[in-house]
Amino acid sequence: MEELAKQFSAPESLVPMLPILMGLYVFAMAVIIGYLVITRVPPLLHTPLMSATNAISGISLVASIVTAGSDKTLSQVLGTIAVCAATINVVGGFLITDRMLKMFKKKEAK
Amino acid sequence: MSPAMAAFNTFFLHGAYLVAGVTFILGLRDLGSPRTARRGMFLAEFGMLAAIVGTLLHQNIITYEWIFVGLAVGTVIGIPMGFWIPMTAVPQRTALSHAFGALAVSLVGVATFYDAYGMGGHPLSGFERFAIGFEVLLGSLTFTGSLIAAAKLQGTLPGAPITYRGQNVVTISLIAVMAALWAWMVVSPEQTGTFFGLVGLALVFGIALVLPIGAADMPVVIAILNSYGGLAAAATGFALSNNVLIIAGALDGGSGFLLSILMCKAMNRSWGNVLFGAFGKVVASAKKAQVEKTVKSMEAEEVAMLLDLAEHVVIVPGYGMAVSQAQYAVKELTDLLEKRQVDVKFAIHPVAGRMPGHMNVLLAEAGIEYDKLFDMDQINSQFPRTDVAIVIGANDVVNPAAYDDPASPIYGMPILDVHLARSVLVLKRSMAPGFAGIENELFYRDNTSMVFGDAKKSVSGFVTQLKEME
Repeated sequence: MEELAKQFSAPESLVPMLPILMGLYVFAMAVIIGYLVITRVPPLLHTPLMSATNAISGISLVASIVTAGSDKTLSQVLGTIAVCAATINVVGGFLITDRMLKMFKKKEAK
Repeated sequence: MSPAMAAFNTFFLHGAYLVAGVTFILGLRDLGSPRTARRGMFLAEFGMLAAIVGTLLHQNIITYEWIFVGLAVGTVIGIPMGFWIPMTAVPQRTALSHAFGALAVSLVGVATFYDAYGMGGHPLSGFERFAIGFEVLLGSLTFTGSLIAAAKLQGTLPGAPITYRGQNVVTISLIAVMAALWAWMVVSPEQTGTFFGLVGLALVFGIALVLPIGAADMPVVIAILNSYGGLAAAATGFALSNNVLIIAGALDGGSGFLLSILMCKAMNRSWGNVLFGAFGKVVASAKKAQVEKTVKSMEAEEVAMLLDLAEHVVIVPGYGMAVSQAQYAVKELTDLLEKRQVDVKFAIHPVAGRMPGHMNVLLAEAGIEYDKLFDMDQINSQFPRTDVAIVIGANDVVNPAAYDDPASPIYGMPILDVHLARSVLVLKRSMAPGFAGIENELFYRDNTSMVFGDAKKSVSGFVTQLKEME
């Protein structure tokens, strides 16, 4: 508590909190938009939805790339495995999603 | 790299992340309809590519060779996982990809933490430690949990719940210890043992969490693990101040969460009940004591005669259809009936199969147009004017005990009202009860006839007999 009181008596110490707040801001917006968008996906497409969000969360590849590009051995090893795992999800995830979506056809009007 | 060049790269990187975040949201929006879905995914793929190229220009990257090794190996494994996996194996493939995603996130978390405290790098802020703790906790348990789920779906591990005495006590203690370790690593990160203890315990917890859950509850489990994996990715975004990771993680986590809630609702059970209830082990004794009842069974010839007179047919697929790969035979039957001016519809329960939307994908693969596939809410009102309802390998989702037997474990669960159809055909291997071990009173009703045997053979038999009548 004392710590907290000190922080508020010295407002400049709150500045490092700003990036956290920005992160929460982005998170909150993404959750709300995600909710609105995903509730509109019909049950028909729930399997492709799951494989699509899976491919999208393969964006952790960008963090893996930076880790693998470090000059420290441990980071390189763990990062390389992470790059490999995330790439499998991105490549395989988008491929199978498209393969599934291609199958959903409507009867052609005659 | 000159300062101007570095500034340009940083600018380009964040621009690429912005593009990626926007295309992901637009891509998911386009999944709202099968007509726009593919276009949306191309958009998301473009965003992903932009983010990857942007990242390769990141100023912190010192060596490239390992990055390219990882990208190459991942692509070589990813292509067959996308192209050649049969549609019936999609549930286990999905579980496996949750494991890969969680693995990547956990490893990044471990590397970031160890860089700071094991290698004497730049220390992390309290909030970053909090986020990394969350990331490796959820990531590690999702990794092992998803592997177990995949093994259960594949049949490598028995699908039945594996339970042991005092299981819930163990689970709760594990949660408590993990929470303590998480708090401890935030407060005193220099003792890296705490952090690795957390990782190890979370790995064990993932196994302990999923082993006791039956294979038929996998739609919920997959959705929950999907959600955890997404949240772990979002936590990575917080730890690394990377907005696109936060956005993608929130979308993935939110989608998994929503799906798991839909699945739970469709089973009239709570999250806690699915996760800790070991459903499928609890065999209801309520119905056991009843007097012997008789079932009628039918041969293909009689079925053909029945279908010959029908005008409205509704087909109810379940996991049994996937097991016997009957979807192509079903397509053949559908075509034949439609040629005879019969109206054929498909009724799909939200938890039919082993993952959300499983049945829709299999039927679409067989070439059945999606405008014939109906959700429970759309189709239930139509059963009273259905001449023949054909239940293929589904059981609990058509059990009328959900309405009238308060002692039944599935009492209150929304079901497909096939019992209201004029005639009901149930295709089943034998009289063995479904996953929940619950007797199905539907089988004994006057308007129900059983067709025993492999679903694919039975359906092909109907087709042959119907053709002979022409």
